[in-house]
Amino acid sequence: MAEDDHPVAALPTGPAAAALLAAAIGCALLGLCALAADAWRPFAQLLNLWHPTGPLSGVTDLAIVVWLATWFGLSRRWAQREIPLRGVSRAAAVLFGVGLLLTFPPFMDLLQGK
Amino acid sequence: MEITIRDAVTVVHGMFFGALLLLGFSGAVAILYATSAAREAWTPTRTQLRALTLYLVLMAGLAWVAVLLGAYVVYPWYRAVAPPGTVALGAYPQRLLMSNPLTSGWHDIGMEWKEHIAWFAPIALTAAAAIFGRYGAQLRALQALRSALFGLVLLAFACAGVAGFFGAMLNKYAPVRGGSNVILMRGDPHG
Repeated sequence: MAEDDHPVAALPTGPAAAALLAAAIGCALLGLCALAADAWRPFAQLLNLWHPTGPLSGVTDLAIVVWLATWFGLSRRWAQREIPLRGVSRAAAVLFGVGLLLTFPPFMDLLQGK
Repeated sequence: MEITIRDAVTVVHGMFFGALLLLGFSGAVAILYATSAAREAWTPTRTQLRALTLYLVLMAGLAWVAVLLGAYVVYPWYRAVAPPGTVALGAYPQRLLMSNPLTSGWHDIGMEWKEHIAWFAPIALTAAAAIFGRYGAQLRALQALRSALFGLVLLAFACAGVAGFFGAMLNKYAPVRGGSNVILMRGDPHG
């Protein structure tokens, strides 16, 4: 058998769950920040990290930092653990859905009573 | 044939990085299906797995470059504020769209959604590439993970598709244009 064909030992599911859940948390946070910046002017000004791009710079930078930090943290915590992927997938699907809804302008307007 | 610098950068953002990314999704779905979901699944060697992972990493890279170029180079040109009293709004695409109730929706819904949802694609694709790179050989046995991976890729495709569609429509109604001209080719005058 060639080196290339060696079977791969079973890996713990923790790192996969960490990658999936962190991505979903990052996207949900992006939606939350987008809504908050749209609804609350002081928050938008706070997120205006680079003026030419405006609050979008802070919304996306914050989401990316939290996504990467969560991924790093969960990866370390779950590195050798078996995490039930079905439950994590369901939680991730809900978080992705939240993120998608909160970035959809008509839904944002509905939440703000516009 | 000439094009302004802003037009050229917008073309590179949308028609090179964005369109290439959208084209790449068929390959990503084929990879996932062939290696993990097909009835007679192909079992790739380690070298093949590395190549397939590289494909997904390159897709994530395309998505990152597209959103970063869009948010930090093209978007500032799009949202430039026109000096008071400006009548010709051609150089201020956002203001041009918002000046007409028949086009303001392209900004209020199109750009407002696109500028946020586009970021889901690189995040989802980065996670997908990382998961495939680590678990590629085991995906056939891990059904929940395989479904999640398909979900990530389809989510990224949907988000990139929304961003691409609105990007094309926005550029149709209010093109980002300006800066110095680049002459691509000189033709013969007609008439």
